[in-house]
Amino acid sequence: MEIRPGLVTDIREERYGMQELSPTAFLISSSIKVFLVFSVSLAVVAYMTLLERRVSGFIQDRLGPNRVGPFGLLQPVADGIKNILKEETMPATANKRFFILAPMLSIILAVVLIAVVPFAAPLPTPWGIVDMVVADIPIGILFILAFSSLGVYGMFLAGWASNNKYAFLGALRSSSQMVSYEVALGLSLIPVFMLAGNVTLTEIVWQQQLLGFWFLFPLSLAFILFVISGFAETNRLPFDLPEAESELVTGYHTEYSAMKFSMFFIAEYSHILVVSALMATLFLGGWSVPFWSGDHMFWFDGQLISGFTAAGAPIAAEPAVWKTLLTLMSFSLKTFFFIMVFVWVRWTLPRFRYDQVMHLGWKVMLPVSLAYVMLVAATILVLDQMAIEGFMFGAVLTAVSGVATGAFVFVLDRDRIMSGAAVGPDGVSELREPLPGRTDVLPADASNPLIS
Amino acid sequence: MVEILFYIFAAVALGGAIGVVFQRNPVGSLLFMVATLASLAGIFVLFEAHFLAAIQIIVYAGAIMVLFLFVIMLLNLGHDYRKDLKMGLGMILAFAVTGGIAGILVRQLGGAGTSAVEQALPGPEAMDQLIQEQGIIGSIARPLFTDYVVAFELTGLLLLVALVGAIAIAKRRV
Repeated sequence: MEIRPGLVTDIREERYGMQELSPTAFLISSSIKVFLVFSVSLAVVAYMTLLERRVSGFIQDRLGPNRVGPFGLLQPVADGIKNILKEETMPATANKRFFILAPMLSIILAVVLIAVVPFAAPLPTPWGIVDMVVADIPIGILFILAFSSLGVYGMFLAGWASNNKYAFLGALRSSSQMVSYEVALGLSLIPVFMLAGNVTLTEIVWQQQLLGFWFLFPLSLAFILFVISGFAETNRLPFDLPEAESELVTGYHTEYSAMKFSMFFIAEYSHILVVSALMATLFLGGWSVPFWSGDHMFWFDGQLISGFTAAGAPIAAEPAVWKTLLTLMSFSLKTFFFIMVFVWVRWTLPRFRYDQVMHLGWKVMLPVSLAYVMLVAATILVLDQMAIEGFMFGAVLTAVSGVATGAFVFVLDRDRIMSGAAVGPDGVSELREPLPGRTDVLPADASNPLIS
Repeated sequence: MVEILFYIFAAVALGGAIGVVFQRNPVGSLLFMVATLASLAGIFVLFEAHFLAAIQIIVYAGAIMVLFLFVIMLLNLGHDYRKDLKMGLGMILAFAVTGGIAGILVRQLGGAGTSAVEQALPGPEAMDQLIQEQGIIGSIARPLFTDYVVAFELTGLLLLVALVGAIAIAKRRV
């Protein structure tokens, strides 16, 4: 083969000893995949804005946008047209080059992330089997970590180039927050890598299929830590200090208008999409359909296999179009669930104070994730030494992680949601001590609706 | 394809490096530096050292340069840097040291197949086999945590010293 069709297949060829598609077919299928994934994810992002506004309307007992089209379904189109036609403002004191560069950086770094997420089982075509992932690169999730760590520059430049104090404060907050939570994010992923034995997302899905457990169960604490740092990395409530409209106007994009503002928005929502897709892939089995082994597929030694016989011989998989569609649906549902969680949390929780964010990041998340890495490593080592495999392996790990998760939640249970005991025997709330200089704790009479 | 990409990345890396030196604005310099680091990561990918590329971006471009950004932003930004430049002897010394390092690197790495570094490394076939056996991360992690573990821990200690020093300086000011 003289022409190298792409570095990705190159690696695949070395690792699996065979190439499935001819170079031309690879090029064409990749182009189609890039086009489809990009346009679908942008459409999803557009409708996520509508979803957010409709759900927030529902949560706040109002209607939300429902004027444009049926149920307001054309609202994103109207917003898009409005943003494109609107006047672009340029602050007189802004640094023009960086002011224009910042939204571009933000949006590019946000939309390329989806490229490594596998979204369905491999699709059989007359020209060979096409993987349902744009780029199955060997570093998998490290690619996402790398590019999302670059995302700081977009926000920071936006805040700095605007030459506006609110914007600059927002930028400072966003970068310190992202740098802090990146550490916990990376550490919360290490148990996943240890269990899967690799960092490629396709193999993480496969290992979950093999184990028969979603990683959510054997690695429950890692999941919780990942969700928390995922919220912080996407700057969503309760971590939306960079925007904090009640203190900083809108933070780093205060000075932006029209399409540039919209680009920051698209970047934020595609981050949410990617993090939701990652949560689904890393912890909920990705595209695999639960309780069904018909969709188990993985490239092993150049062939698509569905598992191993008891003797260790690979069993060939049977890819089918309907399986691809079914797994695509499974993946979409899981991702949609997490998108809904993002929206739901935003309209439920209040914003942290800045010192609370830093406290949680450095004094809680970091030590807990380090300790959890050690715990999972020790458990896996012991289980390996005792040659326990399969279901028991997952079950023991689930039990150990369950205890760790229980302890974590119990210690953090500041408002006694789990342990109860909000009101002491004398009717005085045990929750918080009275403010200094004030003795007027709530009286114990039954007429007080707060206590009874 | 690989060659074209290599020249593109190399051009961006060199252009970025020149940009770092010639930019008046420190933030501009920093962005050029990030561009250089990112295109170096691209060259690593062309060498099929994917893990190194990812680490290059995560650690250098994503973490260290962000800290640089903090320092630049929080220090005095608008002030004229020219009087800080030490002309004369310092300049000559700086050029001499940089030139010396460049000379050593060219001597060690220049020339195909003859340099000391290249001969110390296993050939491409051995590398391919190593990656096949231990994976792209294992082939770096295993030597790092077995053969070179002392050097690795000492580097960690060095970073700790820097950290303690930074905290000591910060404390004294307050």
